[in-house]
Formats: sequence, C-alpha cells, structure tokens
Amino acid sequence: MKKQNIIIRAVSNQLFIPIIALVILTIINLIHDPSFFRPTLVVNNAGNVVLSGSLITILDFGSELAILAIGMTLVTAASGGQDISVGATIAIAGSAMLRVICGGVARPSENAHSVLLAFFVACLVGAACGLFNGTLVAVFKVQPMIATLILFTAGRSIAAWINHNELPIVPDPKFGYFGGVIPGIPIPTTVFIALGCIIVIALLLKFTNLGLYTQAVGINEKSARLNGINPIAMKILAFVILGLCVAIAALIKVSRLSTINYSVIAKDIEMDAILAVALGGNALSGGKFNMWASILGAYIIQYLTTTLYTLNVQSDALAAYKAVVVIILVVFSAPTVRDGCGKLIKKLSPARKEAA
Amino acid sequence: MKKTGEKESIFTRLNDTNLLLSITIIVFLVMYLGAIFIQGGGFTKPQMLFNILNANAALIITSCGLSIVMITGGIDISVGGVVALVSMCCAVYLDSPNGGSIPVSILIALGIGLAYGIVQGFLVAYLDIQPFIVSLAGMFFARGMTTIVNTAPFNVANQEFVALKDTRINVPGLGSYTRKGIYVPAYVEIGVIVALVIVLLLFVVLRWTKLGRSFYAVGGNKQSALMLGINVKRTKFMSHLICSVLAGIGGYVYFLHVGSGAASHAMGMEMNAIASSIIGGTMLTGGVGNIIGTLFGVLSLCTIQAIVSTAGLDDAWWTGITVAAMLCLFLLIQSVVMIQKRKALKS
Repeated sequence: MKKQNIIIRAVSNQLFIPIIALVILTIINLIHDPSFFRPTLVVNNAGNVVLSGSLITILDFGSELAILAIGMTLVTAASGGQDISVGATIAIAGSAMLRVICGGVARPSENAHSVLLAFFVACLVGAACGLFNGTLVAVFKVQPMIATLILFTAGRSIAAWINHNELPIVPDPKFGYFGGVIPGIPIPTTVFIALGCIIVIALLLKFTNLGLYTQAVGINEKSARLNGINPIAMKILAFVILGLCVAIAALIKVSRLSTINYSVIAKDIEMDAILAVALGGNALSGGKFNMWASILGAYIIQYLTTTLYTLNVQSDALAAYKAVVVIILVVFSAPTVRDGCGKLIKKLSPARKEAA
Repeated sequence: MKKTGEKESIFTRLNDTNLLLSITIIVFLVMYLGAIFIQGGGFTKPQMLFNILNANAALIITSCGLSIVMITGGIDISVGGVVALVSMCCAVYLDSPNGGSIPVSILIALGIGLAYGIVQGFLVAYLDIQPFIVSLAGMFFARGMTTIVNTAPFNVANQEFVALKDTRINVPGLGSYTRKGIYVPAYVEIGVIVALVIVLLLFVVLRWTKLGRSFYAVGGNKQSALMLGINVKRTKFMSHLICSVLAGIGGYVYFLHVGSGAASHAMGMEMNAIASSIIGGTMLTGGVGNIIGTLFGVLSLCTIQAIVSTAGLDDAWWTGITVAAMLCLFLLIQSVVMIQKRKALKS
C-alpha cells in the first residue's frame, strides 16, 4: 500500500514531468555519445581559455530562455494568458540599446554613450512595452494572447524604424562580454546573468507578497479584489516584470553578435518561453505557479534542442521534433489522461498484490 | 428603464454581431473610397480590388475557418503551417517524375487538413488541452515537416497545373482601358470563386443550421450550452475539424496562386487571419462573430497593405506598424462597445 502511495504522489508532483524528461534525455545522450557530458577547456578565437561542450552550451544558450521563463510564469499566473510578443520586444529593446550605444551612426568608431545607459534605456523600453500589453489586458480586458499580438505584428517593424533600418555594429569589444566570456573566467557570462536574475526573483518571492498576490489574482480575480488586492495593478506589474526580463534577454542577444538582425533576432523565442512554463507543469490558464519548475523547463528545452543538434537534426526540421515532444507532454499532463492513469494504477495494484 | 432613451435603444436593438459587423463594413468603405479619392491611381480601376482578392483568397478561406474556431471560444495558430505544408506536399507530388494528377493533389490537400483537424480537435475537445498549446505544437510540426518533405523552394512545372493556375475568369461589365486605349477586362482567379463559395456556404451554416447555432451557444456560454443538451465536446471538435479542413483548402488555393512549394510560404498567415477575424468583429471571448464580417476584415487588412505599398511608403516596416495600429484600434472599439453595452443593459 505504501509503495502505491509513493507512486501516486510522485506522478501527481508538479516536477514529475520535467524530471522524467530530463532523465529520458540524459539516457538518450548516454547511449548516443557519453562525451556529451564532458566539458573541455579550449582556447577561443580571442585567445581566452574557456569551457566548452554540450553542457556548457545548454547553460549558455538556455540562460535567456530561463530569464524569459521567469517573467512568462508571472504573466501566465496573473493573467491566465501568455505574452507572444517577447521575441518582437527583444528586437525593440535591442534596437533601442544599439541606437543609444552607437548614437544613430551605423559604423561608429567608438561608443557614443556608455553600455550602462543603453541598458537602462532598454529596460525603460521593455517596461514600456510591458505597460502597453498590461494595460490592454488589465484595463481593457483584451485576452493576453491577442493584446500581445499587436506588438508581435509591429515589434520588428518598430525595431527597424528605431535605427532607420540600418544594422549598427558596436565597436567596443567589451560589449561582447555580456553574451560571451570575460577574459580570465572560463564560464560564459550569460550563466552569471541568469543566476543573478534567478537570485533576484527568489528574493522577491521570499520576502514580498508578489507570489501570493499574483496567484490570488490568477485564481479568482473578484475575491482577490474583495481581499484588498488590486488585480489591475498586479497584472500590469507582471507584464512590466516580463518587460524587464525581455530587456536583459535583449542585452544578451545583442551582445552575442554586437549587432542586430531585426527579422531573425530571438525568432520563435516566445514559443520556447511558453513551452518552458508548460513543461514546468504550470497551468497555462493561470493561478498557482512554480517558478523553479519553469526555470528547469527552460533549461530542459535547451537540453532538448542541443540533443537534437548532436543527433544531426537539421535546424529547420527541429520544430517538428519539438512539436512531437510537446504533444506527448501535454497529453500526459492533461487532467483527463491523468485521471485515467490513476484509475489504471489502482486497478493494477490489487492484481499485483494477489500475484505476490 | 426607458429614461435613458435613445442611447439605450441603439445599443440594445443591434445585437453584438451586427453592431461590430456594421463598424467593419463602414471602416472598409471609408478606407477604400478614401484611397480612390485621395490616392487615385490604381485604386480607380476595378482590377485593384480584384487583385487584392486574387492575392488573398487563401487568407479569406483560412480566416473563415479561424472565425468559426474563435466563435466557439478556441484558437488555432497552426493554419499558416498547414498552408505551407499543403503547398509543399502538392508541389512535390505534382512535380514527381511520374507526373501527378490534379484531382489527387486536391485530395492530398484535403487529407492533410482532415488529419490535422481530427488530431487537434480530439486533443482540444476530448482531452481538454488548451487549444493554444495544441495548435502551437501543430504549427511547429507543420513547419518542421515542410522542410523534411523538401528543403529547397521550387516552382511546379506540371503543365496541367500551370494551365489551371493561369486560368482567369473575366468579370462581366468591369474593366479598364490601358494607356493605349485597349480594353482590359477585370479578372479573378479560381481561388477567389472557391473563397466566395466557402464564405456563402459558411454564412448559411452559421445562420440557419443546428451546428452553426451550437457554435455560438458553446462559445457564448459552455455551461448553459451543456444544459440545453448541446454536445459541447462534439461541437468543439467540429469547429477545429472545419478550421483545419479550410486551412487545407486554403493551402491549395494559396498553392494555386503562387505555384511553388517553399518552407517560408504563408509565414505569419495565422496572425493575419486572427487579425482579420478580430477586425471583422469576431469576439475573442467567443459567441460573437460573423463570416461576412471576416470577409470585410480580410479586405480591410489587405486594402491597408495595398495603400501603404502604393503610397511609396514601402519601407517594409510600415506595413507591420499600420496593421498593428489597426488591430489595436479595433480591439479598443470592441472593448469600449462591450463595456458601454453592459452599462446600457444594467441601467
């Protein structure tokens, strides 16, 4: 009897699906090529000693996804919908950042303004986009997915317009540190940035009412209001936090290239960010959330992508495999299927007892 | 009750659907007439309108499907992917060394749509999975499969197909004179006829059949629809089935217009279709919408794009910004209208 309880408890745990996914991916990699897990020290183009290997790639490229997943989890929990404009707003924030650094010149010889000021502007832009989305959702009661459709359609165009459709290149090699490595430190800087964001959100959730209030609004807006929480403010706050996450992700994305490509930068990242939230077992209809599960989900998606690449899957065909994984995941986490499985386990266990 | 007088009667007499529909039609007419008088040029010729139709017949068909899903309270963002997949599969089949026949290629298109509809409809209706996530995965799958079927874009050289593609149907009584004074009749492609037939058919289905009525009932209030004895799950299933089959047909019409297969075909078409439906007065919350509105939604969207590109503003970003601005405007109109209406009903 005790054994059965453990099984049921494990299956109903929110972290069950992400951890199973992690285990399956690890097994596939162990069978295919165990060297996947062995980080090596190499010397990169700039002459720095850096760690390299698939694991490092996952941590490196998973970081912007993890940062976005933080904001997306809050938005999902508070509004019961998702923001599909994050990719486009990354383009806007990144473009604004470049405009400030390069001062509107396509090929400047030195930085017109400091990177810090540029990042501050990007944060403002990100927050403004969040405010716009949040206002539409909270005040005008437009469904989140549709409200963010506006910026999704216009975002990349606005980004191109900010820099007059030119692609400025940042002259300062130090700008590349944010998305690459700082000389002397073998671990990619993005890992530290992601870690910083995770620590900040952990402290926020621990020492403020952010988590509790967000969940209250997501579960029942009316009763939250009757309990003295302002649902409009909470929803807008969630979108603004996502906007700040977008600004940080934009810093990483732009820094990786030291320039920007409006139509390609952060393409489809909104889908990955939403998947991260879903993979973490969070209800996409809002309410309760588990931040750690989302962040874990983000890294698992990057794990999946990297694994598929090492299995020689074409980058264009990647989407089809991801889709299959997603469908399997959502089918297993669907309440009807879960109930069915629970009944099946209950049916099977007395039979096992008799057999024993 | 009667004290509020005039205002109340306007808002209560017109139901949601008709109110939003009339706004859309008025906006479209104003825009088109404005384009004729202010911009002149191509807009004075009837062919301009038909060119818009020719280029966007596929969008009309997919938008109609999407409207039905949205009326039922769901969403489907896989339609663009399905269109790309259908055109690629048909292109590969028609260009195969043994030569393909047109009827079989049409069956392929319908088959892909049907398969998509059954799987997505089952997942959404019977397993209660969020339609957004299901169709998101559907979109990924379709886009990925398109590149797996064939990576490089190519034109179809099949003669029967090219003949069908170039078939032009002249519109009687409309036409224009070229600079040399030669009369050129206005024409439409086959896709436009298909699109208009589908619009009419769906209009009848939504208005006068039991199935059509149950779409509105389920979208309006799932609980009360259930109490009325409507099979909610089957209705949802049917809405997704129709949407995907229409995406399949739309895919073939798109293919007929462009005559090639490419993985990048119909990029962002799902978003344009959603935008058209919203502009056409379909409410995202479900239960409100009209196929005629959707038709005008597509026309408004495409007219704006045509105006922007003929006004010489064809720096690529202007299209995106104007479409988004228009979408924003209509969402705000919808929101304000609904809030007003609720107030009018309360007092």
